[in-house]
Amino acid sequence: MVNHSPSGDPQGVVISSNARNLLVAPASKSRFLVAALIGMTVLNIASPGGSGTAFAKERFIVVASTTSMQDSGLFGHILPIFKAKTGIDVRVVAQGTGQALALAKKGDADVVLVHDKVAELKFVEEGFGIDRRDVMVNDFVIVGPKSDPAKVSGNDVIGALKKIEASKSPFTSRGDKSGTHAAELRHWKAADIDPQIGKGTWYRETGSGMGPTLNTASAMNAYSFTDRGTWLSFKNRGELSVLVESDTKLFNQYGVMLVNPAKHAHVKKEMGIQFIDWITSPEGQAAIAAYKIEGQQLFFPNYIAQRK
Amino acid sequence: MADAKILPLSVEGLGYRAGDISVLDGATFDLAPGSRNIVLGPNGAGKSVLLRLLHGLLKPSAGHVNWSNPDALAVRRAQAMVFQRPVMLRRTARENIEFALHVSGVRNIRTAADLALERAGLIRLAERPARLCSGGEQQRIALARAWALQPEVLFLDEPTASLDPAATKIIEESVQAMHRGGTTIVMTTHDLGQAKRLADRVLFLNHGRLVEDAPAAAFFAQPTSPEAAAFMRGELLW
Amino acid sequence: MQEIPQSLSLAVALITSLDSTLLSIAGLSLRVSAIAVLAAALLALPFGAWLALARFPGRQAVIAVLNGMMGLPPVVVGLLIYLLLSRAGPLGTFGLLFTPAAMMIAQALLIFPIIAALARQVIEDAWSEYREQLVSLNASRFQCTRALLWDTRFTLSTSVLAGFGRAIAEVGAVMIVGGNIDGVTRVMTTAIALETSKGDLPLALALGVVLMSMVIAINLAAQWVKSTAMKKHG
Repeated sequence: MVNHSPSGDPQGVVISSNARNLLVAPASKSRFLVAALIGMTVLNIASPGGSGTAFAKERFIVVASTTSMQDSGLFGHILPIFKAKTGIDVRVVAQGTGQALALAKKGDADVVLVHDKVAELKFVEEGFGIDRRDVMVNDFVIVGPKSDPAKVSGNDVIGALKKIEASKSPFTSRGDKSGTHAAELRHWKAADIDPQIGKGTWYRETGSGMGPTLNTASAMNAYSFTDRGTWLSFKNRGELSVLVESDTKLFNQYGVMLVNPAKHAHVKKEMGIQFIDWITSPEGQAAIAAYKIEGQQLFFPNYIAQRK
Repeated sequence: MADAKILPLSVEGLGYRAGDISVLDGATFDLAPGSRNIVLGPNGAGKSVLLRLLHGLLKPSAGHVNWSNPDALAVRRAQAMVFQRPVMLRRTARENIEFALHVSGVRNIRTAADLALERAGLIRLAERPARLCSGGEQQRIALARAWALQPEVLFLDEPTASLDPAATKIIEESVQAMHRGGTTIVMTTHDLGQAKRLADRVLFLNHGRLVEDAPAAAFFAQPTSPEAAAFMRGELLW
Repeated sequence: MQEIPQSLSLAVALITSLDSTLLSIAGLSLRVSAIAVLAAALLALPFGAWLALARFPGRQAVIAVLNGMMGLPPVVVGLLIYLLLSRAGPLGTFGLLFTPAAMMIAQALLIFPIIAALARQVIEDAWSEYREQLVSLNASRFQCTRALLWDTRFTLSTSVLAGFGRAIAEVGAVMIVGGNIDGVTRVMTTAIALETSKGDLPLALALGVVLMSMVIAINLAAQWVKSTAMKKHG
C-alpha cells in the first residue's frame, strides 16, 4: 500500500489487485514463450508424414510380423509394389512370433504374418484370427564356425544336433518363443535331446531376435539355428558359415491371417483382406519369388487356392 | 498514511525458542511513531531474531506483538525490511523494484520504481541487471525498493555489515532521509558508531534478554546496565 | 574395433550426403523428443516448484519417490503406455498406438520425473535464499513460485536439456509403443537397434555418431544462448 508521505512527494495510487494481472516478469519472458510456440509449430509442420491419429487421408493397415521377415529385407521389396497398386500403406510392427500373436490378440494389428503354423492354427481355433492362408516357405539352416569342430556339415539336421550336444559345442538359441525358436525346439525334441540340460554351459539362450543371436554366435564362434533370409542379409558373420541345409525337415511355413473383426470391431477388414488377397495372388506370389539376396531366392511362395 | 496506522506497537513478554535453546526471552517494550530505534548488542544476542519476530517472519514461542491496527493485511503492508545481504532477483534494478510494487498492488509501477531510483541517485542503474551491481549498490537498491513501498515501519538487519565506509555512509543517509519522510526505523547493529549516529532510542540485548531500554543520549552518556557498560568499553561479553 | 574408423567415415558421408532417409529419421527423433520435453517441462516445472514450497506430512516420501523415478527404465514406461494405448486398453479408442504421438507420450512420462526432481531441488535451494525477502514483500505463494521459476531459469534449462538428452537417447519405450515402423515411427535409436540386429555394425555405429553429433550441436546452441542471456541478465 502506498501513501502520501508528509513531505508531499506524489506516489502511486492504491488499486485493487485484480486490476493488475499483467506479468511482472520482464518482457523477454513473453518473447521466450512466443519463440517456443513458434518453434513447436515449425517442428510440427516440418515433420514427415504420419502424425498419427487416422483422420488423415492416409490409408494404412498394421501388420504384426516377425523380426526374421523384417531382417531379411523382404518387406522393403514387396510392400512398395502393394502400395503402388492399392494405395494402402502397410505398417509392419516386427517382433517375435509370440509377441506378434499377443499384439493381434489385443487387437493392436489388422493382419498377422508369422511362421509358426501350430500357433497360428491355435490362434484361429480360439477365434482371434480368420482366413488363415499359407503364403510362402523358406528354410532354416544351421550355421557354425568354418572349422566345424562337431563335424556336422551336411544335410541331416537331427544328426547334426546330436553331434553338437555330444561334443558340447557352443550353441546360441533365440530362446524367445519365436517361430524360429519353436522350430528349433521341435528338432531338439525329435533328436531326443533336452537342451535345457546344457543351459548356461554350451547351450546359450539370448532371449532376443535372430540378429542379436547371430551376433552372439559370431562373437563366440558358436553354432546357431537360423532362417536363411536373416542369414543372407546378416553382415557380421565373422567365422561362421552355413553347415547344415536342405534337409526337408528344415522348411519353414509362413502364414497370413486377418485379425478377427468379430472380436475387434475397429480392425480394417477390407484393406486387410486386400492385403491377404494380394500376397496370395499370382502377382504377390511372384513378387515374393523375385526377391533375391546374393542371387539366391529366399522365399518360396506356396499358396494354393482352396476351394471350399 | 491514510488508514493504515499500525503504530504505536506494544510488545509484551516476547520470546523465541529454537528447539531446546531460548534465543529470546521476555522482551517488553513499545514503539512510537517517527522514532529511530537501534537494537544494539553483541553477536548472538538475539537482535536478528527480535526483528524477525516483529516483522512477522518468525512466530513467537511466547508473548505478543500488538500493532495498533487489527487488520493483519494492513499491518504487513505497512512494513518493509532490508536484510544484511540484499536479495536481488535475477533481473534489472528497476524490475526488482517493480516486482515489489506489483506485489503490493500499485498500478503505475514503472513511474514509482523510477522515482525511487532517482531519489536514491541510482537511476543510471535502472536497466542494469541487479546482480551485476556492486554490494553497496545492491543494498542501496534494496533500500530504494523498501522506500518505494512507503512503509510506516522499516526494519533493517545490520544493513551495512558487509559494506565499505563509503557505501555505509550513503545507506545511513538514506535511512535518515526515510525517517525524515515519516518512517519509523528499527535497526540492528553491533557498530557503536553507527548506533550513536542514528539512534533516538536504544534497545540493548544480551543473551536474548532486553537488558536496557533508554533514550540514545542517556544511554551513550551513561548506560545503566553493567553489560551495556562493558559493551561500550569494548569488552567481550558472555 | 576396426568398425570405429569405418563408422566415423560412414557417419561423415551420411551427414554430408544429406541422405533423405537419414534426414527423416533424424527429424522424427528431434520432433518426438522435443515435443515430449516441452510437454513434460510444462507440467514438471510448476509441479517441482510447488513441491519445493509446499509443506505437508509425507512430503519427504514424495520427494524420495520422485527422485527414484528418475531411474524409471524406459522399457517399463514403454510397456505401461502400450497397455494404456492398446486397443484392449483404456485409451485404445484413440488409436494412438504405433504413432509418433504414442512415442511422445511415453517419452514425456519418462522425463517428467527428471525435470520435476531437479526443478524441486533447484527451487528449494533458491527459496531458502529468497524466502525471507519474498515473505517480507508479502508476495503470494503463486507470485513467489513464478519469481523463483524465472530466477532459476538458467539452471532449470540445464535440467530440461538433461531430460531432452535422456529422451532422444532411449530406445526401450519408443520401440514398444512406436513399433519401429519404417517411415512412420522409426527414429535414430530404433534404427540403430535394427541395424545392429541385422549385423550391420558399422552402419549402426555411424548412426550413433550422427545422433551424438545432433545432441551435442543442440547442447552447444543452448549453451551459447544461455551464456549470452546470462551476460545480459546476471
